[in-house]
Amino acid sequence: MKEDALDALIDASAAMLALPIEPEWKPAIKANLAVTFRLADLVGEFQLPDEAEPAPVFEA
Amino acid sequence: MHAAASAAEIAEAVVSGKISAVQVVEATLRRIGERDKTLNAFTAVTGERAIARARAVDAERVAGRPLGVLAGVPFAAKNLFDVAGLATLAGSKINRDRPPAVADATLVKRLESAGGVLVGTLNMGEYAYDFTGENAHFGPSRNPHDVTRMTGGSSGGCGGAVAGGLVPLALGSDTNGSIRVPSSFCGLFGLKPTYGRLSRAGTFPFVASLDHVGPLARSTRDLALAFDVMQGHDPDDPVSVRRAAEPTLARLPQGMAGLRVAVATGHFERGAAPEALAAVARVAQALEVTREIEVPEAARARAAAYLITASEGASLHLPRLRVRACDFDPAVRDRLLAGACVPAALVVKAQKFRRWYRAQMLKLFDGVDAILAPATPFPAPRIGQQTMQLEGAEVPLRPNIGIFTQPISFVGLPVVAVPVPLSPLPIGVQIVAAPWREDVALRIAHVLEESKTVAAPLAAE
Repeated sequence: MKEDALDALIDASAAMLALPIEPEWKPAIKANLAVTFRLADLVGEFQLPDEAEPAPVFEA
Repeated sequence: MHAAASAAEIAEAVVSGKISAVQVVEATLRRIGERDKTLNAFTAVTGERAIARARAVDAERVAGRPLGVLAGVPFAAKNLFDVAGLATLAGSKINRDRPPAVADATLVKRLESAGGVLVGTLNMGEYAYDFTGENAHFGPSRNPHDVTRMTGGSSGGCGGAVAGGLVPLALGSDTNGSIRVPSSFCGLFGLKPTYGRLSRAGTFPFVASLDHVGPLARSTRDLALAFDVMQGHDPDDPVSVRRAAEPTLARLPQGMAGLRVAVATGHFERGAAPEALAAVARVAQALEVTREIEVPEAARARAAAYLITASEGASLHLPRLRVRACDFDPAVRDRLLAGACVPAALVVKAQKFRRWYRAQMLKLFDGVDAILAPATPFPAPRIGQQTMQLEGAEVPLRPNIGIFTQPISFVGLPVVAVPVPLSPLPIGVQIVAAPWREDVALRIAHVLEESKTVAAPLAAE
């Protein structure tokens, strides 16, 4: 299911963003994207309050 | 002048008239000509420019004018730094078609204003999205300690050029570890300053909210010399801090007085090979550090840095991916295309987590002045190696090289990577300090250097 969703996401993104993705590149793109989503889950499951502010430009 | 001479020694010899800057530069160009066939560290050698610049330094001396602290010191810059007259490659084939840069990057200018002499530009992983130092277009830079091994990336040519004794000093960049990884694999001192401390003006970007620039060298003193002359606000870099320069060189001899240091546990022990743990233990022992500290949620911080990198990197390169996808290094292209598919909502969450994590890290520094952690999980792998053994399992190599550097640069903390000369290959340890306290990390590095716990000897040839 998730495997199919990755394929669909790559195809949809390629269409929407006008990215010419060759069929032979897809396994590597898919493998990379699977890792990214696994790491995104790790970040996503961390509970933060609704008031949490992003830090797009870090200031020390 | 021997290839092992430090920047400080070269400048001293030039200032005192023992050797001319032209002689230093000629010797450097000869050595590059001999050694770089093997190391593949340089992508351009700016010989004519370097000789002209060296002549100008010598003329200043003859005229009796005071010389800069880097008088006659040859240095090279990762090829994402603008050098007037050269296209800024950033390790890519695509950027060969850019018009030549009209001016030097700010840091190149500042090093030359202090008497330094740029001798060329250095190989790097394509668009800095790399931890290996390999490059499909220019070939891999090779580790001087074992030329069958990776230099580490993405500042791979910096690692090879400095460890191979081609130059005593190089300018690199570090988004997720690209100064600290080659420092570790090639056995060098590397400084990734606080985010916003050194100007990135005139450098090709990668991930705007994570990009840092800094020096690699074979001694703490040379790092401090270069760092001090490069500091100061630059209106041409939007994130350059409005903060007066805080010189570090004079503080190096202050030793450990008053400094509280702890070893990072948890994430920074998991997945580390015995060499990485041994290096940290050796450094801790030399400093008589017994305290341990858990960096909260470091694995999640690394995950968030990965996510932001994938997305911002893809955003930067979308126009090129649309029209020239075939001209990218395949390993980089596939990751950028994957990054283009990441939903924005996930990336915003990573940026929110970043602020939370930053607050936790700043709290840690209420109780310590520096934290020790391995720079890489293992010493330099073989060029072309795709997988590695980690906790008994075979895992992909590339994404795991940066697991210990990413949680630190994620919130812009200053780090000095110090080389522990294990045999047969060196490996680095990170000395992480609070924001704007590069001086603390450099002081500790200097103590370790004085006790010979860390050192960057030239690789045997």
